[in-house]
Amino acid sequence: MTTPTQWLKRISDLGAQYYNAPYRAAIARAKRDEEDLFMLLVFSEMMGVPNPAAWSTLELQPLLMERFHDWHTRMGMERSPLDHFRCC
Amino acid sequence: MSAIILLLLGLGGMAAGYFVYSRFIASRIYKLDPNFRTPAHEYEDGVDFVPTNRYVLWGHHFTSVAGAAPIVGPAIAVIWGWLPAFLWVVFGTIFFAGVHDSGALWASVRNRAKSVGALTGEVVGGRARTVFMIVIFLVLLMVNAVFGVVIAKLLINNPGAVVPVWGAIAVALVIGQLIYRRIIGLGLVSILGVAALYSLIYVGPMVPVTLPDQVMGLSANASWILMLFAYAAVASLLPVWMLLQPRDYINGLQLFVGLILLYGAVLLGNPQVVAPMINSDVPAGTPSLLPLLFVTIACGAISGFHGLVASGTSSKQLDKETDARFVGYFGAVGEGALALAAIIAATAGFASLADWQAVYTAFGQGSLTAFVDGGANILANGMGMDVGVAATLLTVMAALFAGTTMDTGLRLQRYIFQEWGEIYQQKWMTRPLPATLLAVLSCLLLAFGAGGADGSGGLLIWPLFGTTNQLLAGLTLLVITIMLVKRGRPAIYTLAPLVFLLVMTLFALLIQLKSFYEKQDWFLLGLDLVVLVAALLVTLECTAALKRAFKAPPEPL
Repeated sequence: MTTPTQWLKRISDLGAQYYNAPYRAAIARAKRDEEDLFMLLVFSEMMGVPNPAAWSTLELQPLLMERFHDWHTRMGMERSPLDHFRCC
Repeated sequence: MSAIILLLLGLGGMAAGYFVYSRFIASRIYKLDPNFRTPAHEYEDGVDFVPTNRYVLWGHHFTSVAGAAPIVGPAIAVIWGWLPAFLWVVFGTIFFAGVHDSGALWASVRNRAKSVGALTGEVVGGRARTVFMIVIFLVLLMVNAVFGVVIAKLLINNPGAVVPVWGAIAVALVIGQLIYRRIIGLGLVSILGVAALYSLIYVGPMVPVTLPDQVMGLSANASWILMLFAYAAVASLLPVWMLLQPRDYINGLQLFVGLILLYGAVLLGNPQVVAPMINSDVPAGTPSLLPLLFVTIACGAISGFHGLVASGTSSKQLDKETDARFVGYFGAVGEGALALAAIIAATAGFASLADWQAVYTAFGQGSLTAFVDGGANILANGMGMDVGVAATLLTVMAALFAGTTMDTGLRLQRYIFQEWGEIYQQKWMTRPLPATLLAVLSCLLLAFGAGGADGSGGLLIWPLFGTTNQLLAGLTLLVITIMLVKRGRPAIYTLAPLVFLLVMTLFALLIQLKSFYEKQDWFLLGLDLVVLVAALLVTLECTAALKRAFKAPPEPL
């Protein structure tokens, strides 16, 4: 037996799918663009671009390591652009 | 005659089409297989490829294909009487649109969810792909120009709708922020958004807005057109979540509300069809029914645009191949139902034949205005609504549909310009802003070039839009037919519509060419010639590709 609350949840799930499905791709692309910019900011110092917030972004680097490889391949660089920062 | 009969016959026919004919096509011709691994599962990535519940998928497939076009076309075509438009919409939906839309889904699903454009290149040939790009560009160009003109006309005819039409944009912007930033949930947002929109519709007639006759030497019509394009240009450059997504969502809700209201009002009020069954007394200058009917009503009977939606996004989300029947065919039935509502509003919404004739004074007259006025009377009689509010409601509905098509259309046109920029190494053209400006300029050129300085005659290009839309449908049908031939299956169910469309399209283009020549309208004559060349290229491609396909032995697939 499904309760009215379950029904309501199901309906709102379907509604959310209806709202999101047509634009999932476009929004994911936009999010990725934002993220790419963020990656550039975080890793800018290593590529010789001065970054006044380097002290803070340095802390973030280990957290972004996993995404680093995806990012540099997406930017058209087959190998890691940083000499001391190998990922592949 | 009672409009209820028309409604029941039409809906009954389309329902029979869905339950009988589409079942036959799905099981015997396309042989949809519930065990086939669809691209949504094969390449599932959570972004483009996502297996989606078929009702949800139907919902946005239907709302993406249904817009102002299935209203405008039938509302113009009833000038020949209600019967021809009615028959073409009902039979077109059953034998053309449904087969085409579900076929486009099938073709795409069987080819790694590629779009019809890519499929034409692959299945038919590289040349066909080029023709396809040109046809798409022409369709977008015309639809944007026409809709700009149509909305301007609606806003002038119903000054009460100006506040809600533009206010809807503000509502959409707020909704977009609320959802994107997850401030409140979708359910509450929907209720608030719809409530806000309907209060605007209620308030609108109390604060009518009219533009002065002349602003800097421009007529009111021309000023509205310029403003609409300025809006569409800005809207097409914004991120989709900000405006397009919430607008589409509101439109989807509106579409269902509008359809339920209109059909409910017909059932409750039982309006009489005052327009003649076949109009033997058409106004002077009306082109002949054959072939023009078949290009005046494109969306609502068969439309190439559906193939783009089906193969572009829906095919990547199809959970099971057998869902193609529900999503594609039933999506076409939904659009047919909208076209049927437009026919009823434009023929049964007037008090007498004389009133109807006063609206349909020339070919291209009537259109959305007749739909709004007629529909408002039906709503007023059936639901007891105030006529002014009802007219505003329908105007807002139509204007929102057309507006969303315009900003999506401009966005797509911009992509085409950007792509051309890349192909021809014009760096400036690959940037969004210049490409958008080029798109807007080309549309304005068409809107004013076809309609004179006040842009009033833009609807003259409506049949040309229908023609290009049919060419697009023809190319999709060609892809499906060739796939069927290659599999050694009966091709007649897609080949017959294809031949019919091409013959009618070529015939209509020649008739219009003659009439533009006689009117010495060189601009439209040139445009007609461009479309004619495209049509001939499509026909030649079809013949050559089919010849090759029939000669080759069937492939074991």
